[in-house]
Amino acid sequence: MRASQPGLLQTVLAPIVFGVAVILLWQGLVTGLAIKAFILPAPFAIGAEFTANLQNVTNGMAVTGRNALIGLIIGALLGIALAIVSALARLFDEMAAPVVAALSVVPIVALAPVLYTMFGAGAETARQLVAALAVFVPVYFNTLRGLRQVRPVHRDLMRAYAVTNWQATKAVTLPTALPFVFTGLRIASSLAVISALIAEYFGGPVGGLGKSITSAASSSNYGLAWAYVLGSIILGLAFYCVALVVEKLVTRRSGG
Amino acid sequence: MPTQTEQIARPRRSVRGAAELRVRRAGMPQRLSGGLFGLAGLAVLALVWELYKSFGPADGVILGGVTVLPRTTDLAMPHLFVMAERLFEPVTGAASASPLWLAVLQGSLFTLGIAAVGWLVGVTVGLALALLMQRFRLAESAILPWIILSQTVPLIAIAPLVRRWGAQIQFGEFTWESWMSVALIASYLAFFPVSIGALRGLGSPDANHVDLMHCYAVGWWKTLWRLRLPASVSYLLPALRLAAVSAVVGSVVAEVSIGLRGGIGRLIVEYAGAAGGDPGKPWAPIFGSILVGLVAAGFVGLISLFLRRFRRGEAA
Amino acid sequence: MTGIVPAVEVQGVTRRFAARKGPGVTALDDVSLTVAPGEFVSLIGPSGCGKSTLLRLVADLDVPTSGSIEVFGKPARQARIDQDYGIAFQQAGLLPWRTVAGNIELPLELHGAGKAARRRRAAELIALVGLSDFAGHYPDQLSGGMQQRVAIARSLAESPSLLLMDEPFGALDEMTRERMQNELVRICAETQAAVVFVTHSIPEAVFLSTRVVVMSPRPGRIRSIVSVGLGEMSGRSEDLREDEGFFRALSQVRELLHGDEAAPTGARGVERR
Repeated sequence: MRASQPGLLQTVLAPIVFGVAVILLWQGLVTGLAIKAFILPAPFAIGAEFTANLQNVTNGMAVTGRNALIGLIIGALLGIALAIVSALARLFDEMAAPVVAALSVVPIVALAPVLYTMFGAGAETARQLVAALAVFVPVYFNTLRGLRQVRPVHRDLMRAYAVTNWQATKAVTLPTALPFVFTGLRIASSLAVISALIAEYFGGPVGGLGKSITSAASSSNYGLAWAYVLGSIILGLAFYCVALVVEKLVTRRSGG
Repeated sequence: MPTQTEQIARPRRSVRGAAELRVRRAGMPQRLSGGLFGLAGLAVLALVWELYKSFGPADGVILGGVTVLPRTTDLAMPHLFVMAERLFEPVTGAASASPLWLAVLQGSLFTLGIAAVGWLVGVTVGLALALLMQRFRLAESAILPWIILSQTVPLIAIAPLVRRWGAQIQFGEFTWESWMSVALIASYLAFFPVSIGALRGLGSPDANHVDLMHCYAVGWWKTLWRLRLPASVSYLLPALRLAAVSAVVGSVVAEVSIGLRGGIGRLIVEYAGAAGGDPGKPWAPIFGSILVGLVAAGFVGLISLFLRRFRRGEAA
Repeated sequence: MTGIVPAVEVQGVTRRFAARKGPGVTALDDVSLTVAPGEFVSLIGPSGCGKSTLLRLVADLDVPTSGSIEVFGKPARQARIDQDYGIAFQQAGLLPWRTVAGNIELPLELHGAGKAARRRRAAELIALVGLSDFAGHYPDQLSGGMQQRVAIARSLAESPSLLLMDEPFGALDEMTRERMQNELVRICAETQAAVVFVTHSIPEAVFLSTRVVVMSPRPGRIRSIVSVGLGEMSGRSEDLREDEGFFRALSQVRELLHGDEAAPTGARGVERR
């Protein structure tokens, strides 16, 4: 049988020790076995490239990050709006549910090339839309779930108070749904970055992280390519952490 | 995509009990009507497309220098019937060319095969990791934060970096092929949701049930087989579905960035180049990728049909 | 050894739960108790008196801080490994993916009984708890009372000479509860097993038991043991609930239980001790 709760020391120390060990092992293997950079560069080499090209990497992060952010905003607004419509209109819900469910299992990024044609290959719009579509799915589902969470006892209470529909929505439905919306947004935040980035693999203007990774890789500059990967990891983490903090703030306020 | 842990965290266990189950089992007509409504939804989307194409401005709607609504020319937004018709015409002008739908179907099958290999490898690794973490608390403390962390970052970014692996790595008889790089990326994306879902599932039995196994004086393996694995099914299935979707996305993206020929990802990029003179053509592989996604998710749905017994809840 | 070996022998058992800060909680303090073979003993007391802890110690689900526990003359751990007891909890704890028969067969299956033997035994037990029409049903298709009957049948699967029951009827409504008590009395009479039964219902304890162990909380101690003396299991029936002796035992246990509330204010508590 397992022990009840691991100590604080284990919770904090174990992952750090593990992480450091993996990096050291990686470094050791790459230098020890003389693994070529095109298979896997050493972590210290990646770090060196990262600092040497900091300006380029941050520029790439700014481009991709902007696309992800715009996509996140569009997708979230759309997701919340349509979820509200679905919660109110049964017919719309029944028509939308299968379509959104299908959308959640198909590779949305495949749309990137035709979006480039529709909006112009020189613009970032296509990438923002791919991100927005990817964001839309979890935001829509989570918001809808939140809107349907209203407990019968609360609904009865509102009815007993004889308040108007709008008052009831303000007092009960929205506060109940809010934490769900933000959970959806947290999931979506990572999706936005990932989608904006891989949309770059399918064409469009240069400048973003994805394009930089491919061009560095095709000129056999693998250390630099990995430095851009590191940049995209940092970008992804930044999006996720901000969304997580916002979610925690919102849930704490309405969690009581 | 390698996130959405939430979907794994809350399995649709039927706490509501027997009544709901009965409805779900007799749900065939319901599913049928769901499909009809879905078709209606698609029809509305198609209508919006055609209406905007007819009445929208040819150069799109431009606000502050940014195109916010697409151009409506035949090249940018082909009529839906153009997309459909194009499917039944030959791929190229050459006399020997096969019809487009056949080429797309072959590409879809190719990608589906690679995604399946990636999915299998990813599921195996994910399950193994989950078992390790379930068995040893220390392993969970050390590995789990990294797994959760890596779910939030775009690790798929490394796809172009395994491009040169093909034909460069050799161990004796074994040569690393390009499709293996694609499958590797696919498995890489697939294993995250599985390991997290399986870990949650393996830890999901009630204290009651674990106590019972302790009373029966059975060991870890028997407890795993009789209790933890069956109990994990309702957590595992959404994870498997997510893994299937991730594997498909991973395959498509990796095909593009590695430049592997034969799959749907390659067709998407290749046909996009033809958009200038043949606006219907780029849409064909998109339909193909949708098909691949639906088939992959449907396959997991089939698995869940066989495991239905393990998704029953105990009415409180 | 002289005479017969007791079913359960608890000697000077203390169980302390450590806390991260502070001195921790003493759930049981120097508790001793002997249960004879075939005897029905109830543990009753307010929450926090350690009655469930005591049961978990006997089942070797937990280990005492000090003191010793023997089941049929062997350490509790050995008794668990030898499967000398059957157990039922407040939640039925049926595996939702197994049918009624499959759940009852579970312990037999885990301990390597043959398929035919398993089938036979499960059919017997299903008949014993009156669920013959439901052998192929899944737990979510049963009512709470039926689930609990399956759990009891499961605890009897390996014909144990000792049954450990932790508020098995706690989650049931009053009517189902009385019916289940009647059935348990009948089953005990048929199987001749000793029972340690945790409950917080006074009538339940009195109706079922040979002896009622009244416990007091913080720290968990045995306050008093009441011999009910309502006769053999086989002789107990619904009529007993109207019996004079039943009411007498009832009020005796009730007074003992409420002693700790009365004690500070005076008369009754002082009188008794």
